[in-house]
Amino acid sequence: MKRLLRAFSLRSLRVWQRNRDVYFVTWKTNLVPPLLEPILYLLAFGAGIGALVKTVPYRGEMIGYTQFIAPGLLAAQVMFQAFFETTYNTFVRMYYQRTFDAIVTTPLSLEDVMAGELLWGATKGTIGCGVMMVAISFFGLIHYPQALVIIPFSFLAGLFFAGLGLCFTGLVPQIDAFNFPVFLFIMPMFLFSGTFFPLDVLPRWAQLLAEILPLTHVSHVMREACLGRLPGRLLGSVAYLVVITVPLALLGITLMRRRLVK
Amino acid sequence: MSIVITAKGLCKSYGDLVAVGGIDFAIRAGECFGFLGPNGAGKTSTVKMIHCFAPITSGSLTVFGIDVKEDPRSIKARIGVCQQEDNLDPDFSVAKNLTVFARYFGIPAPEAARRAQELLEFMGLWERRNDGIRQLSGGLKRRLVIARALINRPDLLILDEPTTGLDPQSRHQVWDRVRTLRKQGKTILLTTHYMDEAQTLCDRLVIMDHGKILVEGPPTELVRRGVGKEVVEVWGAPPGLADHARQSGWTFENDTDQVLIYTDHGEAIFREIAGRFPAERCTVRTAGLEDLFLKLTGRELRE
Repeated sequence: MKRLLRAFSLRSLRVWQRNRDVYFVTWKTNLVPPLLEPILYLLAFGAGIGALVKTVPYRGEMIGYTQFIAPGLLAAQVMFQAFFETTYNTFVRMYYQRTFDAIVTTPLSLEDVMAGELLWGATKGTIGCGVMMVAISFFGLIHYPQALVIIPFSFLAGLFFAGLGLCFTGLVPQIDAFNFPVFLFIMPMFLFSGTFFPLDVLPRWAQLLAEILPLTHVSHVMREACLGRLPGRLLGSVAYLVVITVPLALLGITLMRRRLVK
Repeated sequence: MSIVITAKGLCKSYGDLVAVGGIDFAIRAGECFGFLGPNGAGKTSTVKMIHCFAPITSGSLTVFGIDVKEDPRSIKARIGVCQQEDNLDPDFSVAKNLTVFARYFGIPAPEAARRAQELLEFMGLWERRNDGIRQLSGGLKRRLVIARALINRPDLLILDEPTTGLDPQSRHQVWDRVRTLRKQGKTILLTTHYMDEAQTLCDRLVIMDHGKILVEGPPTELVRRGVGKEVVEVWGAPPGLADHARQSGWTFENDTDQVLIYTDHGEAIFREIAGRFPAERCTVRTAGLEDLFLKLTGRELRE
């Protein structure tokens, strides 16, 4: 453990900078998903399902359906951006571009590189969330300034999903194998974490199960913040995320070391 | 003369596979030292241990007097590594590849830009500085990887098979740059399986096979010691020649359709053979590293 901690340094920010620079080279394509995705969802669900379901019960009051799903989309955006970054994109850098092989010949340790990847994954989650917030704000679905807490919070949430992604990158034999974690963990979380419907409608056991899902807590915090209700029950969710993120991130880095250093 | 790398009883195993099986060598400051060997000889494993990526299994290895297990960061700050596979950043331009790499060493941006220009000019890439990596030929990519390995002004430059897969023009370009660096006094470690490359570039070299060092020394001296000055090549395997060679006490090798005689007196043997054995073709040539290499590592196919 002590050796693991000694392997980290601030040089991991160099890897973050490298990824940021690549992001800016290809920024036009990078901004399409977070800008257009919420608009498509809000149109389809707002005008489509929203025509049938005008309001939903949420914690003792009725709120508009689009009002309900908008924060859920923000939460899902953080998850997708961060998880896909440290799975597919990290895998491409590791395996196809051999980027890490080059970086570890410099004073950076492998742990620095992986920490940089995690920080960048979290940053991408934050950027995605921030851009999406701008788009959603035009629909008048976000209460400012309370909702601004979403920005730092999305970094924490992003770090969790980046850590989760890195674990799988340390394990998968080939890039196609990411289909398993995507359809076993990410898609179920997307659908059952209170993104599209309030969890209260589920049977009690399913609610308890949903409470374990990290995305449930992310959605919850985003929703309370969008509705302008703070801090409420937020601290529990934040603490839960911190507690699961730290070991997961360290596990991801350890798995990557095991994979790369022979 | 000061020693840059010292290895004693250095071993590297991957599970049951022994890649490097206890080798000793010392590389001096300012020399170009070569690791020559067939695929799978243990060259790249050795290189990976030197740049502190692969942990050593046993033995000891110090670079600049620092134990690789103790302080990899300090070692890596002072070396430049050109790996076998091209691992340039495909999303960055030629120049940006260098400045981003400089950042890993903590070189400030203005200084990085200066060094990048200097290195791109040295490698003949300045005109291409704004091009994307995908637009570069194999030879240009290789030159850029070497330039990148020089961005931190390393005290030791490691070139792992720097010309594998390049066309003859590109190879000579790379050799020319490496020779210039050697003249400037840079310590260079080179791995290769090209004999001509080792012969022209290396002051000293080792020939490795199956994780062991077979011989060590300056290339010309090794050839002289191992095979002699000249080689008489006789094609078409004339009957009776092998017996005659054995009786005469020559060092020779009998291949399917070719007899090779290693000697210091090529001219005399040539005349003797030409008079007595009707050969398809018989030539005398200077012995080279390849003769020594094949003598030591055999002629069978590898892998």
